[in-house]
Amino acid sequence: MRLSILLTGILTLTANFAARAQNEIPVGEFASLTGGSASFGQSSHKGTQLAVDEINAAGGVLGKKLRLIAEDDQSLAGQPATIMRKLISQDKVVAVLGEVASSKSLEAAPICQENKVPMISPASTNPKVTEVGDFIFRICFIDPFQGTVMSKFALSNGYKKVAVLTDVKQDYAVGLAEFFTKHFTANGGTITKEQKYSTGDKDFKGQLTSIKAGKPDAIFVPGYYGEVALIARQAKQLGIKVPLLGGDGWVGDSLLKVAGNALDGSFFSSHFSAEDKSPATQEFVKKYQAKYSAVPDDMAALGYDSAMILAEAIKRAGGTDGAKLRDAIAATKSFKGITGVITIDEKRNASKSAVIMTIENGAMKFLDTVAP
Amino acid sequence: MSEQAIEFIQQLINGLSLGAIYALIALGYTMVFGVLRFINFAHGDVFMLGAFSGFYVGPRVLLFFGNKPGYGAAAVVLLVSMLICAVLGVIIEKLCYKPLRERPKITVLITAIGVSLFLESFGQYIFGANPQAFPTLIEDVAIDLPQSWGNFTALTVTTGQVIVLGTTLALMLILTVIVLKTKIGMAMRALAYNPTACALMGVNNNFVISFTFGLGSALAGAAGILTSIQQPSIDPLMGILPGLKAFVAAVLGGIGNLGGAVLGGIILGIVETLVVGYVSPTYRDAVAFAVLILILLLRPAGLLGKNVREKV
Repeated sequence: MRLSILLTGILTLTANFAARAQNEIPVGEFASLTGGSASFGQSSHKGTQLAVDEINAAGGVLGKKLRLIAEDDQSLAGQPATIMRKLISQDKVVAVLGEVASSKSLEAAPICQENKVPMISPASTNPKVTEVGDFIFRICFIDPFQGTVMSKFALSNGYKKVAVLTDVKQDYAVGLAEFFTKHFTANGGTITKEQKYSTGDKDFKGQLTSIKAGKPDAIFVPGYYGEVALIARQAKQLGIKVPLLGGDGWVGDSLLKVAGNALDGSFFSSHFSAEDKSPATQEFVKKYQAKYSAVPDDMAALGYDSAMILAEAIKRAGGTDGAKLRDAIAATKSFKGITGVITIDEKRNASKSAVIMTIENGAMKFLDTVAP
Repeated sequence: MSEQAIEFIQQLINGLSLGAIYALIALGYTMVFGVLRFINFAHGDVFMLGAFSGFYVGPRVLLFFGNKPGYGAAAVVLLVSMLICAVLGVIIEKLCYKPLRERPKITVLITAIGVSLFLESFGQYIFGANPQAFPTLIEDVAIDLPQSWGNFTALTVTTGQVIVLGTTLALMLILTVIVLKTKIGMAMRALAYNPTACALMGVNNNFVISFTFGLGSALAGAAGILTSIQQPSIDPLMGILPGLKAFVAAVLGGIGNLGGAVLGGIILGIVETLVVGYVSPTYRDAVAFAVLILILLLRPAGLLGKNVREKV
C-alpha cells in the first residue's frame, strides 16, 4: 500500500519533469556578469534575455518555450570551461550563446565542439574562435576586418605615425593590434612604439612616458574598457594630446565614468550605435529602454541578435538535433538583425559593417559606417 | 639635459609616488610584526576598505562642500576613512587575533589569511564584484612647471603625485612623533622589546596592541584613499597585490623596523617602475617577488634590520 503510493508519487513527479522538459528548449548562455569586464556580460545578457522573453511571449519556438540558463564566468579565465561542462552535461542545453570576450570563447569552444553542441558567439571578433570547429559560429565581424577599419580611418585622417599599446593577456587585443599593424604599415603608416600591459593593471605611466617620447600622431589601444579608461586619464596627465584609437572592447558603461573628459576627441570602431535612425534600431532601443531603463550598447544588440538567430535556426531545423541545428545555423542567410544584415559564411563568420564612434564632451557619438 | 635623462627622472618621480603608497601600507605590517611578532595578511584588504570608505563617504562630504572637488573635501574624506579603518582594524584584532594570542604563531598566521579571504569575498558581496568609479576629490592634473626650470619643464608631475608624497611625509612625521615622543609610543616600543616586562611595568598590553593595530590600519586606509585619487577604479580585490608588495617592502627594509618599511617601500616602488619602463611591463608584478627572494637569500634581516638572536 505504502509502496504503491510512493511509486505513484515518483511517477507523477517524473511525469511532471518530463512534461516540463518536453515543453521547453534549454539554451545555455555564459557571460561575464561580474568582474572586470562585467559590462560586456551584463549588456549581452540583457539583450539575450529581451529576445528570449519576446520569443516566448509570441508562443516560443516550434510550440515550446525557450529556457535561458545563464551562467556567470566572473571575467576570469578557467571559468568558461567549467561552466560549459556544466551546461552541456547537467542542463543538457541544445545550444550555447556566448561569449563576448574572444579569450573566453576560445576556452569554451573546444568543449562545445567535442560534445557537438552549437555555440554562437555574439561579439568575439578574434578569427581563431570559429577556427576551433564547425559547431562554432559568430554573428559579428572579425578582427582582420576591424583592424583595417581603424587603420584606414587613421591614414585618412593624417595619422601617419601611431604607437600601439596592447593588452597581452587578451587574445582579442593581441589579434586586433596585429591586424591593425599589418594594414597600417602596408599602406604607408609607421608604428612608432609598441608597448604592452596586462588586464587588471592600474598604472600605465611607464608605458605612456615611453610612447610620448616617440611623438606619435595617435595611439592605438585595442584593449578593454576598464584599462582604456585609466590609460586615457594618465595619458592626459602626462600631457599627451594626441587622440586614442580603439576597437569594440571600449564599449563598457564604466569607460566614460572613470575616464571623464580624458577620452574626448578619441575614436573607436564598434558594431552598433543606438543613434542609428532606422526604424528597426529605434524600436529595439525603445523596447530595451522600457525593460531596462538604459540605452542598449553593441553587446546588448548583439546578444539580442544571437538569440533571435538561434531561434530562427531551430525553426528551420525543425528540431533541436545537434547536427541538424548546426546545419541550420550555418545556412543563415540575410537575417535582418538589429546590428545589420547577417549571413553566416563558410568560415562561420558574419560579414558586417562597422561603425566608427567618437567621444565628445564625455559622451559617445556616432561618426560613420564602414562597409566590408 | 638629454631626453633619456628627462625620461629617467620622470620614471623616478613615478616610482617615488608608487613607493610612497607601498611605504604607508608597509608601515602597518611592520608595526604589527614589531608588537605581536606576526604578519597580518589581512592588512592589504584594510587598504581596500579605506578606498571603499572614501567611495561611500566621498559624495556626502562633497555635498557639504558644495559639490566642488577641493583640498578641504579631500582632507575630510581622508580623515574619516582613516578613522573607519582604524576602528575596523581594532575590531578585527579583538575578534580574530586576540583569542589566539597564546596559540602557536602558525595558527594566527592562517587565521590572518582567512580574515583576508573573508574581507575580499564579503567585499565582493557587499560592494559588488565590478570595478566602481571613485568620486573625484581633487582634480588629478599635471602641474605646469615654472619656465625657469628650463629643460625640466618636460617632466610631468601631477597634483595627485604631489598630494601622495606630501600626505605620506606628513603621516610619517606624525607617526615618528607618536612613536618617539609620546607615552603610548614608548609603550609600543617597549612591548616590541619585551611583552612580559611591559606587563610587569604596569602597561596595559591589550590597549597598546589595539592602538598599534588601529594606527597601522589608519595608515593603510590613507594609502587606499591616496591610491584611489590617482587611479579612480576600485574593486574589492584591489588590496591583494599592493598588500603583498607592501609586505615585500617591509621585509626588504627589515621587518619590525619603521624606517626600514619606508625605505623598502620607496626602493620597491622605484625598482618596479624602472623595470616596467626599461625592461618590460609584463614583469611588473614579478619584480616584487624577485626582490623578496633576493633579499631573503642575501640579507634576510632586511636592509635596516639586525639579526636578533633569540635568547632562551
